[in-house]
Amino acid sequence: MRPAGGALSRAAAASSGERLLRELTPQVLGAVARRYGDFGAAEDAVQEALLVAATQWPRDGVPDNPRAWLIQVAARRLTDQLRSELARRRRETTLVAEATHDDLHAPAPDSEQEPERDDTLLLLFMCCHPALTRASAIALTLRAVGGLSTAEIAGAFMVPEATMAQRISRAKQLISKAGARFSMPSAAERDERLEAVLHVLYLIFNEGYAASAGDSLQRVDLSSEAIRLARAVHRLLPDDGEAQGLLALMLLTDARRRARSSPDGELIPLDEQDRTLWDREAITEGVELVGQALSRGAVGAYQVQAAIAACHDEARRVEDTDWPQILALYGLLQRMSDNPMITLNLAVAAAMVQGPAAGLALLEPLDADPRLAEHHRLAAVRAHLHEKLGERARAVAFYRLAAERTASTPERNYLLLKAAKLRSELG
Amino acid sequence: MKFMLMMNAPRGTGDYGVADWKPEALKAHIRFMKDFATELKQEGAWVATEGLAPPSQARIVRAGKDGAPEITDGPFAEAKEFLAGYWIVDVESPQQAYAIAARASAAPGPGGQPMNLAIEVREVACAPPVEP
Repeated sequence: MRPAGGALSRAAAASSGERLLRELTPQVLGAVARRYGDFGAAEDAVQEALLVAATQWPRDGVPDNPRAWLIQVAARRLTDQLRSELARRRRETTLVAEATHDDLHAPAPDSEQEPERDDTLLLLFMCCHPALTRASAIALTLRAVGGLSTAEIAGAFMVPEATMAQRISRAKQLISKAGARFSMPSAAERDERLEAVLHVLYLIFNEGYAASAGDSLQRVDLSSEAIRLARAVHRLLPDDGEAQGLLALMLLTDARRRARSSPDGELIPLDEQDRTLWDREAITEGVELVGQALSRGAVGAYQVQAAIAACHDEARRVEDTDWPQILALYGLLQRMSDNPMITLNLAVAAAMVQGPAAGLALLEPLDADPRLAEHHRLAAVRAHLHEKLGERARAVAFYRLAAERTASTPERNYLLLKAAKLRSELG
Repeated sequence: MKFMLMMNAPRGTGDYGVADWKPEALKAHIRFMKDFATELKQEGAWVATEGLAPPSQARIVRAGKDGAPEITDGPFAEAKEFLAGYWIVDVESPQQAYAIAARASAAPGPGGQPMNLAIEVREVACAPPVEP
């Protein structure tokens, strides 16, 4: 994993021991779940094994084969659990079924050689099962595949640990109720499931990236986690353009992280950022990835978004930005999906190429779209374009309207400051 | 997204009027609130809940000389309703928050019937969105 930049992520960065555990989580869970068939119970057992490792390894040293060690501990937990479950049932009924005796003797975990295989993809498909809500899929993915503890996930989303634990256990119940088995979905189902997986990773990234402008010092760095998981998906499906595009998009967005807010948390828009703070290494990697993905043919939305991010990232100065290219890419994106936010961004690009009036004209139809009509970004873009036209009074009114509509404090502060500055210039 | 759901209750005689309720009705109301919180926890939506002490115990504080607290007795006399308590929930849409608010609004009143009190729903300030 590439070390993420910025003071915030450095503070929240995992130690090498934690990283090792997180890397091993899907392999261990895959092995245990396959052996016992019960994904939910296996997931709990692996979490317990991770906790044991997190306390024992720093003290006693990392075992020679950490993966086998974890599988063994998790398997033992699971057997213990089965045993006490049986004992409980035995207490409850007088019928002591001798037949269950075999259940107690699950194959000894260390007696067989586990083939080294990567179940990450299988687990991601499981965690992003269509029966789950978005929030549950996110939580389960971070725990079962990301190897984060419930407390860490709860902290990242700023909800009580008990609430997050409920989400995870409900998610597992729903998966089991839906009859999901720990096996690869059919080819027909796979594309849809992969789309869901990529979307969940995208949401995790956004959550982390958005928080990076806030007071997130003690929170797990979700955007780095999302990048790590997207990297794993790309490694496992190297020919999938969208998986590659998503990883590129994350890298190209994350590259700007250090420049997007001031030390006191003030938001800095793209055109005012100190571009020397951008992470060149991440940009190089992201540009290369998106180039490879686009050369493959069938182009998807993540790839186009990554290409747009690349246009911004490759401009060393704001005036070097290739706006005609960005405009063309938003046009392509608009043809791919019916999303008014794309039209909004297209209007911004059009304003840069053809002038603010052209941009404002493109915004007109959005007033009739209930998904965006009341959105603060529509007002913010209008404010910006009126400002560019020199229509200050209108700009002030729209900046204020946007400030009223946003639920984000740093963003509201930014918009109100813009309005105040323009108003003072009006005299 | 997180929302705060605020329940305002009539002032009564400084006790939201609950002193006039029959004990069974009050018990049913308390039971409802406890069960409601448990349900929210089980649904994975609960972030926080607090009930507030009645308005008769409220004090109004202003910074006085050198910033020292200047305390006046009792709440704003003209207010007919007071914040009785709030919930903070973490949900995926405003509609889900409204649905939870409607459940809270149906808390049983003095005669055991739903009170249908007005619940004010406000989004909790969040992080700024990701730029393109």
